[in-house]
Amino acid sequence: MITVGIDMGSKTIKVVVLRDGEIIGRGIELAGFESRAAAEKAFDTALQSAGISKADIDGIVATGAGRKNAPHTDRDITEVGGDAKGVVNLYPNARTVIDVGAEEGRAIRCNEEGKVLDFALNEKCAAGAGAFTEAMSRALEVSVEELGQMSLRSENPTPMNAQCAVFAESEVVSLLHNKTPKEDISRAVHDAIASRIVSLARKVGFEPDVVFIGGVAHNAGFVDSLERALECKVTIPENPEYIGAYGAALAAAES
Amino acid sequence: MATKQKYETQPLKCWGKAKEIRETFYRDYARAHERGGLRWAGGAWTFGAIPCGLGDDVWSITSEPYAASIAANKEFSMRCLEATERAGYARDLCSYMRNYWGSVILNEYLWGGPFPRPDFIWQDHICCSHAKWYQVVCDLEPGIPQFCIDVAVGPYNEITENRVDYIVGQMHDGIAWLEGVTGRTYDDEKLIQAVYNECRSTALWAEVCTLNKAIPAPLEEKTMYSLYVLGTLMKHSKVVADFYKELRDEVRERVANQIAAIPNEQCRLMSDTQPPWGFLSLFRYLQEFGAVSIGSLYTFGLIGMWEVKPDGTWGPRTTPQEQGVDIKNRDQALRILADWNLSKPEWQHFYSPHLKTDMMVRIAKEWSLDGVMLHYNRGCEGLTVGIAENRLGLIEAGFPVMTFEGNMGDEREFDLHKTMTRVDAFMETLGVKK
Repeated sequence: MITVGIDMGSKTIKVVVLRDGEIIGRGIELAGFESRAAAEKAFDTALQSAGISKADIDGIVATGAGRKNAPHTDRDITEVGGDAKGVVNLYPNARTVIDVGAEEGRAIRCNEEGKVLDFALNEKCAAGAGAFTEAMSRALEVSVEELGQMSLRSENPTPMNAQCAVFAESEVVSLLHNKTPKEDISRAVHDAIASRIVSLARKVGFEPDVVFIGGVAHNAGFVDSLERALECKVTIPENPEYIGAYGAALAAAES
Repeated sequence: MATKQKYETQPLKCWGKAKEIRETFYRDYARAHERGGLRWAGGAWTFGAIPCGLGDDVWSITSEPYAASIAANKEFSMRCLEATERAGYARDLCSYMRNYWGSVILNEYLWGGPFPRPDFIWQDHICCSHAKWYQVVCDLEPGIPQFCIDVAVGPYNEITENRVDYIVGQMHDGIAWLEGVTGRTYDDEKLIQAVYNECRSTALWAEVCTLNKAIPAPLEEKTMYSLYVLGTLMKHSKVVADFYKELRDEVRERVANQIAAIPNEQCRLMSDTQPPWGFLSLFRYLQEFGAVSIGSLYTFGLIGMWEVKPDGTWGPRTTPQEQGVDIKNRDQALRILADWNLSKPEWQHFYSPHLKTDMMVRIAKEWSLDGVMLHYNRGCEGLTVGIAENRLGLIEAGFPVMTFEGNMGDEREFDLHKTMTRVDAFMETLGVKK
């Protein structure tokens, strides 16, 4: 059976192709202003990498913030449902999922079947999400990748009372003017986001194993901050940004 | 809408009358002076039965429902909020209070014309905002005499005769004050009738809410908002008491005939605290899933008066009339009024979130709920403080809870799309499909 999951994220669109539960193809595109066209492109890339045509597909399920706008789909599931399904399928012992994407951070508590028991999402402000790190990297004039690595080199952690991305940016500027090393500011940025994400995790009552997914899981500095704040290690799958799409593809196989 | 039509639905027959009562209330207040009468302002929690003793030509405006009506009018609300902010008041204050102040500052009445200045203010102090609300109004509209009753005597399960005395004493002082500022002679018989009316209307509203235990629910919360509001306007009036009797009879009939609020009920929820008034479409969105919000402690307990019945369930409080109590004088009327109001469910959680959790868990069980949606309402500290504690209590009792942040009266602090996305996820976790 061949199924496809499309994760219509707010920044990127991810597509996963499964054959009998095994990933055989993937595609990713920036969502941009024409997310449906971008999804088509990611879909074509994924099918191409899997070496299949659309006629070979048995089911397609969408997830993500823009899931109602996804092409070719039979139905959609929420990001929360897709994440839990994808993670528990990969890691049967996972009971807590933390997903930090571009615009949203979320914590999910689930059972051994991948059923969601409780979830918490960041509120209106994007201070608990990847867009925040991007804004801070711009303020520090470094790339997001550099921001993560710099954070690991911090020698003198500086607290930052960021409640929103706008306030945090002005705080970063103040720290720069005070000649605070960029490494320490970077660490402060990651610690601030991590504390917001951990408060979501505590709200749902997190328990191990904790699996961290979403694009921000590529940021080593943030992972370090998150593990310190959680006081436990997190498991990061290969290609963590694809897990929502993977969960959607699994859901397509069930329907 | 969901395609699964399971139940017959019908519009409420008394709907038009409810709208008419509300419109008349605001019109009467505005035109009181044209008719040689008096106007007073105060909160929906105030002891509104007492000014009734001044005569039948005394009309009031209750500030919270007025502010909620403003909030539903986004253009006017934004102007009110901005006017209040320009006047120097902080944006994190009670949003009802800010909308109301804005209407006064702009000197614009929601229903047209200048804001009708009250002749006196009759208020009680149920929360920190209510304690300051009319102090500021008196700054904005200098010269309005104000009387406030302190009601901070603790939860009803700890009430003593002394504590009731403390309130009744202030009420007696208040009546003397009313006579002084209006130059009118107080009529105890009108007070007694108003107390009877208040007990009757608030018990009847609780009975209406009790009928929502039925499956399918005969009412959903968006509709209930338009009905309970009459109690927040003038629960002491015969008009409202009679209307609630008519409503109760109609809802009874709906239950007997399985007339549902929504045709596809498959999931029963409750909410909490005031909703974001400008975005009641959220409740319509729930209905796409066949989810009906059967009410909340807020819709049940702000106006409804309750008691534990012999079978252990919650039902309408037995009124003095039903007990055969004959109110003979002012003191007795005031004593009954004080005791009656102090038992108000919404009053209890000012003292402890655990009291509120107990009531919420009771509702969740007795109204057969599948889940709870809690509004972390930044616009009302009074009713929102402790809500995270309530969430834990509900989860512990086995009820799934979804939370969302918002503001009852400031649309800038609510994100409808994001909340709908959250509802999607909540429905999915409950296994509810459109």
